[in-house]
Amino acid sequence: MVAGRLLTLAWVAWFAPLAACLMITLVGLQRRRRAATLAVGSLLLSFLCAVTLWWHSLHGAALPLQQAFSWIRFDGFEVPLGILLDPLSILMLLVVTGVGSAIFIYSTGYMHDDPGYPRYFACLSLFAFAMLGIVLADNWITLFISWELVGLASYLLIGFWYQRPAAADAGKKAFMVNRVADFGFLLGILLLWSVSDPLGGAHRTFALPALKDVIEHGYLPQNLLNIGALLIFCGVLGKSAQMPLHVWLPDAMEGPTPVSALIHAATMVAAGVYLLCRVFFLFDAAPIALSVVAWVGGITAFLAGCMAFVQNDLKRILAYSTLSQLGYMVMAAGLGGPVAAMYHLTTHACFKALLFLGAGSVIHALHEQEIWKMGGLLKTMPVTGGTFLIGAAALAGFPGLSGFWSKDEILALAWHQNWLLCIVAIVTAGLTALYMGRACFVVFFGQPRSHLPRPANHAGRGGHAHESPPVMTVPLVVLAVFTIIAGYLGIPEYLHQLHGVQVGFNEIVAVISVLAMSTGLWLAYQIYYRQVMTEQQLIQRGMAVYQALVDKLGFDTFYDWLVLRVQQTAAKLCSLFERFILIGTLVNGTGWVTRTAGGLLRLCQTGRVQFYVLVFLFGMTALIYVNVLR
Amino acid sequence: MNLVSWILGAPALGMTLLLFVPRTQEAWVRRIAVAATTVSLALALILVGSYDRAAGGYQFVTEIPWVPQVGIAFHVGADGISVAMLLLHALCAWTGVLISYSIKERVKEYYLFYLTLITGVFGVFASLDLFFFYLFYEMAVIPMYPLIGIWGSDASNAYSKEYATMKLTLYLTSGAVLALLGLLVLYGGSGISTFSLPALEHHLALHPLPPELQRWIFPFLLIGFGVIAPLWPFHSWSPIGHAAAPSAVSMLHAGVLMKLGSYAIIRIAISLLPEGAAAWLPLVATVCIMNIIYGGLVAMAQQDAKFIIGYSSSSHMGYVLLGLSTLNIIGLNGAVYLMVAHGWMTALAFALIGFIYDQAHTRMLPDWGGLAKQLPFIATAVSFMAMASAGVPGFGNFVAELLIFVGAWEKYRWQTVAAVFGVVITATYLLRFVRSGFFGETLSRWDELRDATTPFQRLPFVALIVALLILGCWPNGLLPIIDTGSRALLQRIGASTMLAGGVLP
Repeated sequence: MVAGRLLTLAWVAWFAPLAACLMITLVGLQRRRRAATLAVGSLLLSFLCAVTLWWHSLHGAALPLQQAFSWIRFDGFEVPLGILLDPLSILMLLVVTGVGSAIFIYSTGYMHDDPGYPRYFACLSLFAFAMLGIVLADNWITLFISWELVGLASYLLIGFWYQRPAAADAGKKAFMVNRVADFGFLLGILLLWSVSDPLGGAHRTFALPALKDVIEHGYLPQNLLNIGALLIFCGVLGKSAQMPLHVWLPDAMEGPTPVSALIHAATMVAAGVYLLCRVFFLFDAAPIALSVVAWVGGITAFLAGCMAFVQNDLKRILAYSTLSQLGYMVMAAGLGGPVAAMYHLTTHACFKALLFLGAGSVIHALHEQEIWKMGGLLKTMPVTGGTFLIGAAALAGFPGLSGFWSKDEILALAWHQNWLLCIVAIVTAGLTALYMGRACFVVFFGQPRSHLPRPANHAGRGGHAHESPPVMTVPLVVLAVFTIIAGYLGIPEYLHQLHGVQVGFNEIVAVISVLAMSTGLWLAYQIYYRQVMTEQQLIQRGMAVYQALVDKLGFDTFYDWLVLRVQQTAAKLCSLFERFILIGTLVNGTGWVTRTAGGLLRLCQTGRVQFYVLVFLFGMTALIYVNVLR
Repeated sequence: MNLVSWILGAPALGMTLLLFVPRTQEAWVRRIAVAATTVSLALALILVGSYDRAAGGYQFVTEIPWVPQVGIAFHVGADGISVAMLLLHALCAWTGVLISYSIKERVKEYYLFYLTLITGVFGVFASLDLFFFYLFYEMAVIPMYPLIGIWGSDASNAYSKEYATMKLTLYLTSGAVLALLGLLVLYGGSGISTFSLPALEHHLALHPLPPELQRWIFPFLLIGFGVIAPLWPFHSWSPIGHAAAPSAVSMLHAGVLMKLGSYAIIRIAISLLPEGAAAWLPLVATVCIMNIIYGGLVAMAQQDAKFIIGYSSSSHMGYVLLGLSTLNIIGLNGAVYLMVAHGWMTALAFALIGFIYDQAHTRMLPDWGGLAKQLPFIATAVSFMAMASAGVPGFGNFVAELLIFVGAWEKYRWQTVAAVFGVVITATYLLRFVRSGFFGETLSRWDELRDATTPFQRLPFVALIVALLILGCWPNGLLPIIDTGSRALLQRIGASTMLAGGVLP
């Protein structure tokens, strides 16, 4: 197929969801079925385009392809709107539209009874459009616009149930944290734009390939690249929820569960990692920034893994686990391995979406999110339970499943690059098995723990829970299949054009990682299945650590302090200054002086002739007196 | 008479017609006002379509000599910058007249003053004669006094509407007097005895005033027009004035009147005194950070919806000032674009707040609670407004702020960093605005409130939102027109600075 056709396909894939969003907003806000059909149909169309592109990229299409239109243009300045097709963007396109389609279809079941059903699909389509923009962008501004729009969609969807204060607050928090991060990101873009023309001035550009040329020719000093890369990394911190800006992601679980699956697990939060890989040429030339990236990722992976262990809410366990896995990916990119990062991103998108949708299925059935009120669900919900276990095993790195292969790639990379981070990563792998084992054993094995109200129409099925309808279970099965086979699809080979360090499969690392996983799993089995000790005893043993982890290591407290004490105090001070100094003293003071002066002068202007004569008399006397004195 | 003169002729004619309509015929009073502003809006749209971009310069010029002895003429026309300003004002005026249907007392007088205000502002944007420029400027300022004093409401417990209107009028007229001093010195200094702007531009480009004199005059014009811009610390009239004014007046006040200041600084001060500009604008670039950061922080501490938007306006105008201080094409285009985008955004904000205030009689956000349930359409429109104001892509404000940041980055590095941080502050108070007024707990006492349901009620809101979206998604529509104006200006001052022996800014 000719290049032009491929590019057209990419544009169609990008704009189809936007068209759906607009149509739902303009005509369909009252029509439920049509809204769902439009949204699902448009994303399936995008998926079809993505598959076609992928097929052609495997069969000899000349990549990369680039096409841009000018969006803002006047003499001496241009902002393009453009797309870049290469294996990296095609892979991400597949992930977003593929996982997205599964989740869109699942949503038609999950959200079926919600009054805001059309609004939900309009927001979801807006999200898909913005996310595909990040994937396809060939320049900073297209990227940044899409980046902000996914933030907007995320805000709207987290706060979807806006009557709930927690949801409204969580949406606001997510938007704000990302705004703070984008402050750095935008400065980075400005900085890199201003140096993108080595001759200075006339041909500065936002285009990424042009920047790549400039950097690879060594026109830019290292200090500048380090600063630029770190500023860009600020954006990643926010969107991919890396420490210390991770605080919004756990709260974002207030949104509907399919939203958590799509946006806050599989795709949007991975956008930061994708960005790191997209502009890896920049980080590759900035060693200090690169090591910061690696350490931030490693620390996030470990600490988030610890925090996942103390959560009692099924969705929050998964949320912290997402943080931890994103930490892995960021660390991989920081260790110079964008291929490993993208590989893990892809497999993680499959199994984490699966896990969230499974959790959604459980929540849909029980109307309950706390794991201690669940139990024995494998019997009552076999499809959900079975697929959830497959997802959890992949996440824990069970040999043969996709998560095992991609995680091994990262561990091998760490083994090769930085032994300290390698240890952190291996410990985290053990932790992952531990907290996922905990969740699985508590939720799906053992006895049902609470007597939840049983839905009347399912009374005859026995047990408290019931399996979800096929529209929800089929996507689970599809995702489970991909979770199993994604390791054998040749993803690293597909991405071979990306630069960076690539290490192959490493047997020693694989053995160590399996050992770590088995240890974690065995511990979880002992505690939560055989119950050699209860959770309470465990908590009492490690009270201080447990409490610190439950308190989220003080991050939220610190930010609350920052907002309430620092920011609000500054605002109050400015407001008081405005009211009492500026208006009260300076402005009204001027008014007072004028009025008083006027009042005093008025005393002279009485309008009584006697008074004027008196003044005249005094004046004459004074004059005569002065003259006589002379 | 041609397109541009009819744009300001239509409301002037409407105003005259109103004089002959009996005050009891309220329906006809309203119809005449709507008709007059609709004609202006239609003509402004035609003007945008028919302005010749390739030719640039002043087009659709009408010149009628008035006092030829001192060089005064009724002289109107439009270049790229004025075209954008006329469009901005035409839409604000039209939506403002529609919003004014909520005014129920002394309808005739209200529309009379309102149309005077509208005509005055059109006149400022179209004038090519400094004398008439000044005349129209005063014509725009004076009606504010009765409009706020009679139809307004107290700004807060501390500031009555009398205080607000008195303060506003005193501030704006004293600013105008200061500017008048500068204008007179300029008139005398040029030595060609004309108030004609194109003639002065042409003459001063070839024979610039001595740099010392320019540096001397510039602050008079800068502060004189800066008061209405509003340049920190001369801004305190504006939030109180916004809060006290009836909503349609706040719309024009924040949407358009403030832009008179920045427009005059560009059109007169920078254009005619480039050396003065080069000397003083770096200071403006620093002071406007106070607008942005300080204004944003004060907005954050407010509870009254109108005060929040009022301080946010003075914060946003800081970006305009930053953009015009750059004296480069990117920053200047961005500044003008932001004047348009911010004008529509803030008009939308005041229209929405007014819609709620007219029914609820309180503007305190915590009192509103969760209006999204009771007023879904208004709440949606408020969210659009907040997103536009916070600079989310898709709205014109994003495009404009981006251009300003890019334009200012090289010249004013640290100021730009602070300005970009201002966007974070903006998002903070706007999200809080939306959260505490609309997405909070639903209060049953507002169950009686009625949403905007008829197409006529929704029309002004929808028109402003659509306009903002068009600005944001299709910058190549209006920007190239603005570009012709700002490019000509920069070329002229570049030439003049070289002649004066100064350094190019």
